[in-house]
Amino acid sequence: MRFAFVLGEIASGMRRNLVMVVSVVLVTFISLTFVGAAGLLQLQINQMKGYWYDRVQVAVFLCVENSTSESCASGPVTDEQRAAIEAKLKSPELSAYVDTVEYESQDQALVHFRDQLANSPIVEAVTAEQLPESFRVGLVDPEKYEVISEAFSSEPGVDIVSDQREYLEEIFGYINIASLVALGIAVVMSVGAILLVATTIRLSAFSRRRETGIMRLVGASKAIIQLPFVLEGVIAAILGAAIASGTLWAVLRYGGEWLSREYPQMGFISTQELLLVVPALFLLGALLAGASSLLTLRRYLKV
Amino acid sequence: MIRFEQVTKVYDQKSKPALDSVSLDVDRGEFVFLVGASGSGKSTFIRLVLKEDRATRGGVYVAGQNVANIPSWRVPKLRRGIGVVFQDFRLLPNKSVFANVAFAMQVIGKSRAVIRETIPEVLKTVGLEGKNNRMPHELSGGEQQRVAIARAIVNKPGILLADEPTGNLDPTTSMGIMKVLDKINQNGTTVVMATHDDDIVNTMRKRVVELRDGSVVRDDAQGIYIGEPTTTTAAAG
Repeated sequence: MRFAFVLGEIASGMRRNLVMVVSVVLVTFISLTFVGAAGLLQLQINQMKGYWYDRVQVAVFLCVENSTSESCASGPVTDEQRAAIEAKLKSPELSAYVDTVEYESQDQALVHFRDQLANSPIVEAVTAEQLPESFRVGLVDPEKYEVISEAFSSEPGVDIVSDQREYLEEIFGYINIASLVALGIAVVMSVGAILLVATTIRLSAFSRRRETGIMRLVGASKAIIQLPFVLEGVIAAILGAAIASGTLWAVLRYGGEWLSREYPQMGFISTQELLLVVPALFLLGALLAGASSLLTLRRYLKV
Repeated sequence: MIRFEQVTKVYDQKSKPALDSVSLDVDRGEFVFLVGASGSGKSTFIRLVLKEDRATRGGVYVAGQNVANIPSWRVPKLRRGIGVVFQDFRLLPNKSVFANVAFAMQVIGKSRAVIRETIPEVLKTVGLEGKNNRMPHELSGGEQQRVAIARAIVNKPGILLADEPTGNLDPTTSMGIMKVLDKINQNGTTVVMATHDDDIVNTMRKRVVELRDGSVVRDDAQGIYIGEPTTTTAAAG
């Protein structure tokens, strides 16, 4: 009985207040979409870190004919130097840091170079002699790049030690900024949503003051008087969350599909990740609207 | 049933108290007229009984309990034991007679079966049989007040408070309403009615408590309404 009564009150309240309810739905939709986008971008960063950090390596480039660094003063790397470097990489002192060591000859370097820059006219002009040989070093902990860099930078026959992770960090930096921007928009929109819920509930309480006055007089409990208003806000917010979730799903489904086709190596997140984000959106929407309605009712609905 | 002990209510520190050290006892089953000019403290009395306001000093007891000691979450229970009727009826305009009365039962969680069973009885008590489906705007003022009374007593409160229930009604209709209130009183409900309708007070011959400037100036067992000396009280209101 009470349940049916509360439902009826919610329905009549939302009907009377339809325009406001629709605006609450739209504003929560936008704000939660940005919240979700920020969350998904963070997940994307994590995914790429997981994917790439296992694959990125520290490259120890060896000297070639025209290397300019100090350790290459004696000309191209000699067989002894190369052997010494390899031995050092595989030495017990470094075994705590070094996971794998692969040697890349000048010919292999040319093959990789041609792969990466296919269709570019430079490819034709480059010969294997111009490209350095290198040791590709996989690290146990990619953060410990400094150790390798320090150990080999001044080693005779080593030109430079480069950490491929640096390029990734740059990409992650951009994604991070995008995610922060999304979060900033989300915060502003959420404040707007909270205020709008407050106004809506206030109007709703005002338009039903006759009913609530009578409820108070005949001894209806505080919960029964306030529940329809709070649920009105919460339902509107949950509708907003549902639309936001649908939007994010569509973006991931179709946008993600396109990106994966264009950049198959990048490891993009899929609609699976929504399982993490969507419940959070619903919870956040319901919490914001519920708290905002309750606070408003404390001020504007005497019980 | 209702006891006021030295009750003072001050709304605004600068102005005079609305009630000034009022002591009053209303027994179970009594019918009491609260008379006095506007601003004499009648409505404040009713608000204090309902715990809509707190007494500034003194104790308000309802059914033996000091309302000051009732925690806010128990106030609804207090109000379920008190029915209230106002001068302006306060019906819900978009609900039928039946739905208006049913509303008071729905919001405290009465079952549909109980509601269907109780309402025809109550409507009969107030003289509205067969008007279940009328809307408030189709009813006369007297009939609307009867609906309001039905709503006030449908949950069988021990006390019925009526704040100028006949204030908007003509004398004949008013007498009809008084008959209904008297009948409710005969059934054992304590009735406190604030009014300044001298005809009614003089006809009913019930206990009369007169308030003036927040003080009880008269308490007669079978009293009559004595016209106000208008010159002294006009400034106080």
